[in-house]
Amino acid sequence: MAAGKEIRTKIKSVENTRKITKAMEMVAASKMRKAQERMKAARPYAEKIAHVMAHLSQSHSEYKHPFYVARPDIKRVGLIVVSTDKGLCGGLNTNALRMVLGKLKDWEAKGIEVDVTAIGNKGLGFIQRLGGNIVSEATGLGDAPHMERLIGPVNVMLENYKAGKIDALYLVYSRFINTMKQEAQFTQLLPLTAEAAVEKTTAYWDYIYEPEAKTVIDVLMERYIEALIYQAVAENMACEQSARMVAMKAASDNAKNVIGELKLVYNKTRQAAITKELSEIVSGAAAV
Amino acid sequence: MAMTIHVDIVSAEASIYAGSAEYVIVPGEMGEVGIHPRHAPMLTRIKPGSVRIKKPQEDTEDLIFVSGGILEVQPHVVTILSDTAVRGADLDEARAQEAKQRAEEAMRNRTSAMEYAQAEAELAMAVAQLQAIEKLRRRKV
Repeated sequence: MAAGKEIRTKIKSVENTRKITKAMEMVAASKMRKAQERMKAARPYAEKIAHVMAHLSQSHSEYKHPFYVARPDIKRVGLIVVSTDKGLCGGLNTNALRMVLGKLKDWEAKGIEVDVTAIGNKGLGFIQRLGGNIVSEATGLGDAPHMERLIGPVNVMLENYKAGKIDALYLVYSRFINTMKQEAQFTQLLPLTAEAAVEKTTAYWDYIYEPEAKTVIDVLMERYIEALIYQAVAENMACEQSARMVAMKAASDNAKNVIGELKLVYNKTRQAAITKELSEIVSGAAAV
Repeated sequence: MAMTIHVDIVSAEASIYAGSAEYVIVPGEMGEVGIHPRHAPMLTRIKPGSVRIKKPQEDTEDLIFVSGGILEVQPHVVTILSDTAVRGADLDEARAQEAKQRAEEAMRNRTSAMEYAQAEAELAMAVAQLQAIEKLRRRKV
């Protein structure tokens, strides 16, 4: 019964795999709820700061921030890639990184150089393998996004933009649509596209700035970009947990099917062996 | 009934307060500012400190701590965008931030494993420093 033993060990190993995927599924499910809450908690800030930005673009400020000025020819761009730190979350990173690859190709064809900020291990590894120019990174973020961890890497990009080293800044992350569906998203961060709020109100008004327009608006702009990135990271984490949960559920189901099939084969061979032995005994008895 | 103004206090990680108030007192960068309804539009940075909110039909003021951020005033809406991280003109913090960037800079040109390890150590130190500053500040409050 050599074949029977082999199948038995195989079943055992698939069962063990299933235990692991099942556990990961349950862990992801519980983390998913929290990650989604965090994503929602980040929304009010993003909304409010967007309001302020809209007000600001309506006001008649004498100071125009460099983030609003679009540059005519783009020689070098910055790209912030938000990915997960860990794998086993289905096609989440693959989709986002495929998008990154497409954009990189586009830019290469146009002769535009790219600086990359990698948030998350998977994106970092991918860009490193490609031989991309990584200017800053943030990895090992854990389960909750923290502003402190993001300020540094993002600042590098903003400084580069201010210094004229890059002419535009883009962001790639996974957008959370629902638990079953996530989508890779590509957005332009800089220069800020003056949104629909461009129509200037007829009334002439401007803010009172304390201490002065430049310092306040500078800070506001930085916070705005940071808020957008923070939101993207929070959303990416919610995506990660739900994608992992779904992937692990599929893996557990597949393992269950495989176990079923293997058990069927095992029982068939066992039955065949018994039948063979019986027929040998019977034919042996008949010969006597 | 007295006129009220709508107040929103939000940080990147959570919504802290939303409601109406008779007036708000905010620790602005250039000194405390008190805001009553129909205040002229204003935009300013705020220092770490307490925001005092006088709710209608209540005698006492509500105290909310903010660790710096931005204040926007519109005639009927006050928005406070609070920072979650320790930041601002704090010298040590700026230094730590700088070190962090330097570490990242070094990480970029990782020529040898030795330099990389050194950069990583520097980065870890910078992060620890940042955390310490935050803890210190929390204790003070």
